[in-house]
Amino acid sequence: MKGITAKKQQRQSFELQLHLQKYGTIYAFAALIIINMLLNHNFASLGTLWNLTIQVLPTMLTSLGMVLVISSGGIDISVGSVMAISAVISGMVLTGKVPVVGSGVGIAVAFALLCAMLLGLFNGILISYFKIQPIIVTLILFIAGRGIAQLLNAGGTIVFYNNKFTEIALYRIGGVVPIQLFISLFFVLVIIFLLKKTTFGYYIQAIGENPRASRLSGIRTTGVLLSIYVISALFAGLAGLFESSRASCADPNSIGVLAELDAIAAVAIGGTSMSGGKAHIMGTVFGALIIQLVSIMVNMNNIPFAYSRIFKAVIIIVAVYLQREKRS
Amino acid sequence: MNRNARISTLLRKHGVLIALIMLIIAAGFSFPQFLTYGNLTNILRQSSMIGLISLGMTFVLLTGGIDLSVGSLAALASVIAATLSSYGNIGLMVLVPLAACGVLGLMNGIIIAKMKIAPFITTLGMMMAARGIALVMTGGISVSVDADIVNTFGTIAQSYLFKIPTPVWLFFLVLVVGLYFTNKTRAGRHVYAVGGNEEASRMMGLRPDRVKIVVYTVNGLLAGLAGIILSSRLSAGQPVSCDGWEMNAIAAAAIGGTQLSGGRGGLSGTLVGVLIISVISNMINLQGTLNSWWQSIITGLMLLLVVIMQSRMEMRPKSRRKLTTAERF
Repeated sequence: MKGITAKKQQRQSFELQLHLQKYGTIYAFAALIIINMLLNHNFASLGTLWNLTIQVLPTMLTSLGMVLVISSGGIDISVGSVMAISAVISGMVLTGKVPVVGSGVGIAVAFALLCAMLLGLFNGILISYFKIQPIIVTLILFIAGRGIAQLLNAGGTIVFYNNKFTEIALYRIGGVVPIQLFISLFFVLVIIFLLKKTTFGYYIQAIGENPRASRLSGIRTTGVLLSIYVISALFAGLAGLFESSRASCADPNSIGVLAELDAIAAVAIGGTSMSGGKAHIMGTVFGALIIQLVSIMVNMNNIPFAYSRIFKAVIIIVAVYLQREKRS
Repeated sequence: MNRNARISTLLRKHGVLIALIMLIIAAGFSFPQFLTYGNLTNILRQSSMIGLISLGMTFVLLTGGIDLSVGSLAALASVIAATLSSYGNIGLMVLVPLAACGVLGLMNGIIIAKMKIAPFITTLGMMMAARGIALVMTGGISVSVDADIVNTFGTIAQSYLFKIPTPVWLFFLVLVVGLYFTNKTRAGRHVYAVGGNEEASRMMGLRPDRVKIVVYTVNGLLAGLAGIILSSRLSAGQPVSCDGWEMNAIAAAAIGGTQLSGGRGGLSGTLVGVLIISVISNMINLQGTLNSWWQSIITGLMLLLVVIMQSRMEMRPKSRRKLTTAERF
């Protein structure tokens, strides 16, 4: 009898762990919301919700790129620098500092994203063809990229008075719902489609699970890896554009600083293993929301901002601990 | 062995050292003040703090881990030292920050080894938390060292021993101990074994958990030491200082040939890596017209060059090592 109950208990705890792995992030998010409602009566308002959706967008975009990278077993610490470069380039085009291409909004966006993708291509080529570790390759761009962003405009902030470009980030549908909500939703759906419905998505996770076996079973690992880093850089470029559009200026020294770590933290909180494999997209989405919510919480309750770092650290470690996969 | 093969072995083994020597020769020819005693000791003094962290980082990288928290730990140590200066006891100002950073490093090690959380995530958490503690302690502003003790405390970083700055001696001391440890002791080989293949090392009866915990603790202690030297040099503790030191330390170790997948590399390479970064920075200062952002661009290019060279050598069919890109990030 005793053996059976022990087994039952073991099984129950195993199921609990599976459940936590799947929905833990959502519970944590819900818990944070409830705590906030209790702490502050002004929290439960639509304004807070819209604030959250607006502020979370850059983290959300970079995290969506990062979840692909991490589930392939890699890492991309260059996203912050790519954000800065894309923001500075868009600013330079808008203020007419790049004479060849003109100064239209569409051209600025396209040119900035193109440059971001080129940087991703640089990462991807070194990682897939030269077989250099992702962390080293993206560390190169992390170090050099920030310097390049500063060099582009001699270290100064570009301020632009382009209403069309600034309106993108300030636009509210029906005057109420910020456009960021729809942009987030759109890209979340794109990534879900990519990972769940396309062979490319399965290839990514297969490579993360076992790169050698994937290659031997005929997956073109180099091509897949290359595209992942281009996609990640593209998302980082978009994030940089939204940052600069919201602030209507591009500061190479401050845009995207520590953005890569926020994105990695969001992915880790979401339950995706750092050694690659299954990608948890909804987990990542809620991970990004949690990271942003902690900042908002600290702001709303007049707690010194430094505490938010300590909170985030505790949340990251506890979340990852609860969701870690048991290895045999 | 034909000539080409000999050159390629020479390059593989000592390529970075040759690069450093060429860099020094080039700097000596371009800037007459480069090879002066004052400038050279200046380079060494600047290397000593980032050097201490890079040595600790090399151990961590050798076990296949990574430690992002060292910059924040150094900042925390400098803040603690400055805050304690009002007691007027120099022992307190050195030992308490060291102990604090050692304990936080130990926490890193325990979380990584026992709770099995990826080193990147664990130390990312510690990076945020330690910086947060440093900011909370000081309210975000710089704390100056008490006037009564500022001269005594200042000797740590500002004094000379046999005409060489004391921090440089400290750095060399740690380097020599570390070299002895990795090359001559059994425990040193365990570090390589754990990084080379953790599973195999466990089966051979080593204790990877213990090795990891020790390595992260030592790294915390060295970060603390670097922080104390910094606050002694500035006569203040700054909660926002040492930003990005962890990435510079990783870059220095990587330029020196330590691989981030673990098990390969060593402290002597890291010494060369640290010196290369410092010499480049010094050359940019001496040149005068180049801006500071060139420093990061040139460091990045240097790193790029080294890793491409390494990967070309790795890809030779002669070495039968498995080529894995994404196995361990």
